[in-house]
Amino acid sequence: MSKLFSDENKAAFTGPLNVNNPVAVQVLGICSALAVTSQLKPAIVMGLSVTVITAFSNVIISLLRKTIPNRIRIIVQLVVVAALVTIVSQLLKAYVYDVSVQLSVYVGLIITNCILMGRLEAFAMQNGPWPSFLDGIGNGLGYAAILVIVGFVRELFGFGTLFGYNVIPQFMYDAGYQNNGMMVMPAMSLIIVGLVIWAHRAYNKES
Amino acid sequence: MKLNTNGNVYTFCYAAVMVIIVAFLLAFVASALKETQEANVANDTKGQILSALGYDKATIDVAKVYEEKVKDNLFEAGELKPYGEKFNTTYGSLIKEGKLHVFTGTTAQGEQAYVLPVVGRGLWGGLWGYIAVNEAKDKVLGTYFYHESETAGLGARIGEKWFQDQFIGKPIFGEDGNVALTVTKAGAAQSEFEVDGVTGATLTSNGVAAMVKDGLAAYKEFLGGAASECPNKGKCQKEGGCQAEAECTCPVGECEETNVEQ
Repeated sequence: MSKLFSDENKAAFTGPLNVNNPVAVQVLGICSALAVTSQLKPAIVMGLSVTVITAFSNVIISLLRKTIPNRIRIIVQLVVVAALVTIVSQLLKAYVYDVSVQLSVYVGLIITNCILMGRLEAFAMQNGPWPSFLDGIGNGLGYAAILVIVGFVRELFGFGTLFGYNVIPQFMYDAGYQNNGMMVMPAMSLIIVGLVIWAHRAYNKES
Repeated sequence: MKLNTNGNVYTFCYAAVMVIIVAFLLAFVASALKETQEANVANDTKGQILSALGYDKATIDVAKVYEEKVKDNLFEAGELKPYGEKFNTTYGSLIKEGKLHVFTGTTAQGEQAYVLPVVGRGLWGGLWGYIAVNEAKDKVLGTYFYHESETAGLGARIGEKWFQDQFIGKPIFGEDGNVALTVTKAGAAQSEFEVDGVTGATLTSNGVAAMVKDGLAAYKEFLGGAASECPNKGKCQKEGGCQAEAECTCPVGECEETNVEQ
């Protein structure tokens, strides 16, 4: 048990949540941060899907790592990710149709997510299945956290809602408050990601 | 013995074996799940039709309610004929071929309605929807719209209830007899024919407007026969009980031959 949760393994899990956050520090995966964060719900769904897929493709690549020919390793990684995403999307379509409708566009985006390939290449190729699994979960959640922050800000100020429910009271609108149309635009998500990175670096100055 | 994982032979074999395994795996998964998936799609389509009729498809048993409340018909040569073949899940190509499906059913409020499938194009991909019109075929009773790949949080909001509910009670035809129902910019709807679009998704909103216009125009022959063109309604009923939805369209004299039940 102690081996399963050694300091090293813990670091693989917690590092990406904060000091080594894939979006805020490595600036990976911001393409999808832009596409799915105008509301909170798709942001959370996307974050969770990436978490699951990163974890499992990390495990598979980590199990295969000693057999993979060096020259075609990126292709092997890509095939594993694409096959996994396709199977998951087929399973979703068959058994949880509602969720698959929700995810429609994002499933394709998961395959192209830079975080996935980045973690496979940088971590799973050198480490065992268990640390790789933790690393995948950690990176996925680190990514999800940023998406949720951006989605929260954009939905709150852009639509005055959270999860589709009105949270800004009517008297505010009566008093002249308006939803900020800028927040709805894709460009705003990059500005918010920029602000998050700024805050994150100011907080973690020593690293 | 240690394998030389950098050799050409090894690399080729590895790639070949990997591709074959993955191909079989994907083919197996796809064919094993195909039936369940198609059933899901059909069920979802039925749910969309019920949604246009004002039911909440998330809380009802879609297959059962559909069976009870909705009938699939083809509009041919000026009349509705019951359609008994395999349930369709896409209507774009059928409408182009002139195979106009009309669903007859009752709304959640108990009103008789016709549901017409419509298709169109949004910003990134296809749009489709179902529009329920009242028995007199001049007012919208409910709508359902969805999309292939509109932007989440922007164009995708046409799939939300607040947008679809705006159409309820809107008249379809303007004074010139053409489809006047349309979607404007967000917050700009003024006349009784106009519906607010989605903020930040003008192109998708325009796509919905075009879809509603073209979609209803494709059914003009069906819709054009408003209440006034139903002279033999009473006759049909008296002569032996036509199916309720066929009452309005059966031509004089042919009622008993073509539409009488039993």
